[in-house]
Amino acid sequence: MSSVIKSMEKNNRTKPRPPPIGSTGAIGWLRQNLFSNIYNSLLTVICICGLILIIPAGIDWVFLSSQVAGDNRFACQNTGACWAWIDQRMGQFLFGFYPEQERWRPMVAFFLLLPALAPWLFERVPAQRYLRIFSIAYPFIATILLVGGFGLPSIASDKFGGFMLNLIVGLSGIVLSLPVGILLALGRRSKLPLIKWVCISFIEIVRGVPLITLLFVSNILLPIFLPPDATLDSVIRVIIMVTAFASAYMAEVIRGGLQAIPSGQYEAAKAMGLNYFQSMRLIILPQALRISIPGIVNTFIGLFKDTTLVIVIGLFDILGIANAMVANPDWLGLSTETYVFVALFFFIICFSMSRYSMWLERRLGTKGSNGWSS
Amino acid sequence: MLSIRARDIWFNPRSRGLFFQLIVLLSIASFLAFITANTIANLQKAGLTAGFEFLTNQAFFDINQRLISFSSQSSFGRALVVGLLNTVLVSSLGIIAATIIGFLAGILRLSKNWLVSRVVTTYVEITRNVPLLLQIIFWWATFTSLPRVRDSIEIFEVFFLNNRGLRGPSPIFEQSFLWVLLTFLVGLVATFALALWSRRRQLETGQTFRVLPIGLLLIVGIPVLIFFGLNEPMVWEIPKRTRFNFTGGINITPELLALWVALATYTGAFISEIVRAGILSVSVGQTEAAQSLGLRNKQTMRLIILPQAFRVIIPPLTSQYLNLTKNSSLAIAIGYQDLVSIGGTILNQSGHALEIVAIWMAVYLSLSLATSAYMNWYNKRISLVER
Amino acid sequence: MNNGNAAEFRHKSLIEICGLNKWFGSFHVLRDISLSVASGERIVICGPSGSGKSTLIRCINYLEEHQEGQIFVDGIELKGDLKNIEAVRKEVGMVFQSFNLFPHLTVLENCTLAPVWVRNTPKAEAERIAMELLEKVKIPEQANKYPGQLSGGQQQRVAIARSLCMQPKIMLFDEPTSALDPEMIKEVLDVMVDLADSGMTMLVVTHEMGFAAQVADKVVFMDEGQVVESNTPKEFFENPQSERTKLFLSQILSH
Repeated sequence: MSSVIKSMEKNNRTKPRPPPIGSTGAIGWLRQNLFSNIYNSLLTVICICGLILIIPAGIDWVFLSSQVAGDNRFACQNTGACWAWIDQRMGQFLFGFYPEQERWRPMVAFFLLLPALAPWLFERVPAQRYLRIFSIAYPFIATILLVGGFGLPSIASDKFGGFMLNLIVGLSGIVLSLPVGILLALGRRSKLPLIKWVCISFIEIVRGVPLITLLFVSNILLPIFLPPDATLDSVIRVIIMVTAFASAYMAEVIRGGLQAIPSGQYEAAKAMGLNYFQSMRLIILPQALRISIPGIVNTFIGLFKDTTLVIVIGLFDILGIANAMVANPDWLGLSTETYVFVALFFFIICFSMSRYSMWLERRLGTKGSNGWSS
Repeated sequence: MLSIRARDIWFNPRSRGLFFQLIVLLSIASFLAFITANTIANLQKAGLTAGFEFLTNQAFFDINQRLISFSSQSSFGRALVVGLLNTVLVSSLGIIAATIIGFLAGILRLSKNWLVSRVVTTYVEITRNVPLLLQIIFWWATFTSLPRVRDSIEIFEVFFLNNRGLRGPSPIFEQSFLWVLLTFLVGLVATFALALWSRRRQLETGQTFRVLPIGLLLIVGIPVLIFFGLNEPMVWEIPKRTRFNFTGGINITPELLALWVALATYTGAFISEIVRAGILSVSVGQTEAAQSLGLRNKQTMRLIILPQAFRVIIPPLTSQYLNLTKNSSLAIAIGYQDLVSIGGTILNQSGHALEIVAIWMAVYLSLSLATSAYMNWYNKRISLVER
Repeated sequence: MNNGNAAEFRHKSLIEICGLNKWFGSFHVLRDISLSVASGERIVICGPSGSGKSTLIRCINYLEEHQEGQIFVDGIELKGDLKNIEAVRKEVGMVFQSFNLFPHLTVLENCTLAPVWVRNTPKAEAERIAMELLEKVKIPEQANKYPGQLSGGQQQRVAIARSLCMQPKIMLFDEPTSALDPEMIKEVLDVMVDLADSGMTMLVVTHEMGFAAQVADKVVFMDEGQVVESNTPKEFFENPQSERTKLFLSQILSH
C-alpha cells in the first residue's frame, strides 16, 4: 500500500530554518572537531595538557625570564634564555669576518637584491622591464660590491662568512641550477645516445652520493685535478658543487614536468614548423615549468638548507659562527639559545619560499586552466 | 667525384646529430685527458702512488663507537668496515624510527581533530624548514649538556642518561637460552601457518577463526614458560656505578643518540607528508562504496584504502629511506664515526684522497642504484592495469 | 505524522522517512521530508541541481547524517548506533554516479569482496553468485579484467552487479547514467529496467525521464530541499500540479 503525498502549493512551502543548537557555531565546531568521540576527546585533552606545559614555559624562557644585556655569560643570572650575545655578535652572525668598516657593501648588495628579484617573482611590479634589465646586471654589481674592484678595496673570500655566505651560496646555486637543470633534463630526453647517457650518468652519480662527499671532492680532489699551483677560490668551488648537486635533482623534477605534457603539444609545435629550440622555449618549457613549480621550489629550499654544510670544509657560515661562539669561553653552554636563533633565520626564509610556491601555484593554476588569458 | 659540403652535414638531421655527439665526445675526452695529466703530475709531486694497497697499513687512531672489534693496530681497511657498519647501524635505527614517527604523524594530520592536526602540522613545518645539520648539532649539544655521570638521570632505575650517553642493561645469555629462542621461532612459524590456514578456510567455508589468542600463546606464552622452566637462562646486566663512570650494560653515545633523533624526526616529517598524500589520493568514493556494501571501517581500511594508498606511498618512501642513509654522512660534524667520517680521517693521514673518494662513491652509488632498480621493479609490478 | 500512523506504516513499508531535516553547516538542505516506500515499489526522484535529491538517498544508507527526523529501513531506525547502520547497509545497495569500482581488484573480486567479508560467504559460493549476476548484466566475459580496462557503461554495470551480490532488499541509484557517454546510457538503463521487472525495490535519482515513464510507480519532484510533488508517471508528466514542476518539466523535456 503506498501513500500518495499531496503536492504542496507555494503558500504551504516550508521556510528554511536555522540548524538545531549544538550542531553549528562554536559549540558545533567544538563537538565535531575536538570532541566527536571518545578517542578524539582523549587526544584533545592530552594535547591541551601538553600545550599548557610547554607554551607558558617556553614564553617564559624566551622572553620573560631572559636577559638581553651583558658582556659574557656570567652576566646572565636569570633562569631564562641569555640573549646578551646578540648585541655583541650580530655583526659576525650576519657578515662573518667581513671587515666592519666595509660592512655597508654587503648591506647595499642585500638591499639591491630585493628589486632585482621582484620582477621575476611577481607580476604587476612597476617599471618591470627596467628592473629586469637591472637584475641581469645585478650579479656583476653584487660581485664588485662584495669582492672589490672599481675603487672598492678587495676583500679576500675567506673573510666571507655568516648568513651572508649562506645567501651568496644559496642564491648563486638557485639561479644557476635552474638553467643547468633544464639543460640536463632536455639532454636526458635527447635522442642522441651519447648526450643522453652522459646526462643520465651525471644525474644518477650526483644524486646517488651525499653532498658531503661532493664537497670533499671539491675541496680535496679539485686541487689534484687542476695543474699544480693552480688555485680556485673556495667559495667558487662550493658554489660549483652546490649548483651541480641541485641541478641533478632539478633535472629530475623538470623531467617529471616534461613527461606530464601530452605528446599532442610536441606534435602541434612541430606541425607549426617550430624547430627544437623554438618549440622548447615557447610551448613545452613554459608548461613543464609551471607543472613542476612545487618540485622546483622544494629543490631550492633543500639547496638553501644544504648551504650549512660548508662548515664541513672549513667555511664559516652562520652555523659555523654559532658553533665557534658556543665553544668560546665567554659564551660557553648557551647552545640552545644560539641554535634556536640561527634556526629562526632559516625557518623564515624556507617557510616563506614554501608559502610563495603555494601562492604561485594558485595564481598560475587558475590562469593556466583558463587558456585564453588576457 | 664526391664532394661533401658543410651544408650537407648541417642540414641532415642524422649527420648533424652525429656531428654534435662527436664534438661532445672530443670535449669530454680532452677534459679527461687534462684532468688525468694534472693528477699524475700532482701525485708525483706528493710522492704518492695510486692504488688500494694502503688499506692494509696500520691505522693509528681509535674508534669508540663500534660494532666489531677495532684497535689502533688494526688496518685502514678494517677501519672503513667499522665505519660502514656504523653507517648501517644509524641508518637502520633511523629508518625504523622515522617510519613509525612518519606514519603516526601522517595519520594524525588527517585527523578530524583540529587541535591534533595543527599540533602535528607545527612539528612538520618546523623540522622541514630548518637545516638537518643544525638539528643534528642542536640535539648533540643538548645531549652533551646533560648532567654529568655522577648526577645521571635515572629512568626506572636501570637506564641512566648523562652527558656520556644513554646507558642501559645488556642481556647476558646462557647456552640453554637457545631453547627459548627456538620455541619462539617455532611459535612464529606456527602462528603464521595457522593464519594462512584460517584465511584459506574462511574463503572456502566462510567460517571465521580467531587466530590471535592461540598466536599469543604460541609466540609469547610457551617461550615464557620454557624460560622459567629452564631457570631463567638470561639475565640483564645492570650498569653499576664506579667512581667516575659505570661498568657493564650497553652505552649509546650522545653522538649516536643525537644523529638518531635528528634523522628520525627530520625524515619522519617528510614521510608524514608522503603518507598523508597517499591516503588522500584514494578518493572518497572508494570509502563510500565500501561502506554502502556494508564493510566495516577496519575492513575498508585493510582491503580498499591501504592497498591503494601503499601504491602511492612506497616509491617516495623508498626515496626518503635513501635520503636518510645519505644524510647519515653528516655524522662527521659531531664526531660520530661513520663511513665518511672515518674515510676523512684516513684521507688526512694517508693522503690517498682519490681512492677514498672512489670507495665512498662506490658504496653510496651501489645503494642508490639498487634502490632505483627496486623501485622500478615495484612500480612495474603493482601499476594498475588500464586500457 | 503521528506515532500511531507511523507504527502502522513502519510495519508495512520498507522505507519510512518522517520529518527529515538536514543541514550542511547552516544551509538547510533537506526540509521536513516525509516519504514512504513499499516493498517492490520503484520511485524516481528528480529535480534541479541543489534540490537535495542525492542527499536524500544518501541519508537512507547513512552516508549522510541527518540532524532531525526519523528514517526507518526494514523496521530498523537509522540513528548513531553503529550496529543498526551496518545492518541497514547490508540490505541497501547503492550505485554511484562515478561507479567507484575498486581499481586494484578484478571485476570478479570487486563483486565477491563484500559477500566474503561481510556475510562470511564461502569464496566459491560468492563467485558462483557473482558470475550469475555478471551474466544478468551481460558482461560475464569481463570477470577477470580490471576496472581500468572497461568502458564507462561496462563499469557501471559491474557496479550494479557488485551491489546485487549482497542480495539487498533495496537498491539506491544516484544519477547512475550522468557520467556516461550517450551511447552507453542505454545499456545501463536496460539493466535497470530488467532489475525493476524482477521486483526489486528501487529509488533512482536521475534525469532520464524516459526511464521514469517506463518503469516508475511514482515520480517524486524535489526543489529546495522539499518534496514538491509526488505522483504516478502518467499524472506527473501530463498533469503537473505545481508551477515549479511545470517549469522543471519544460526545461528538461524541451528536447
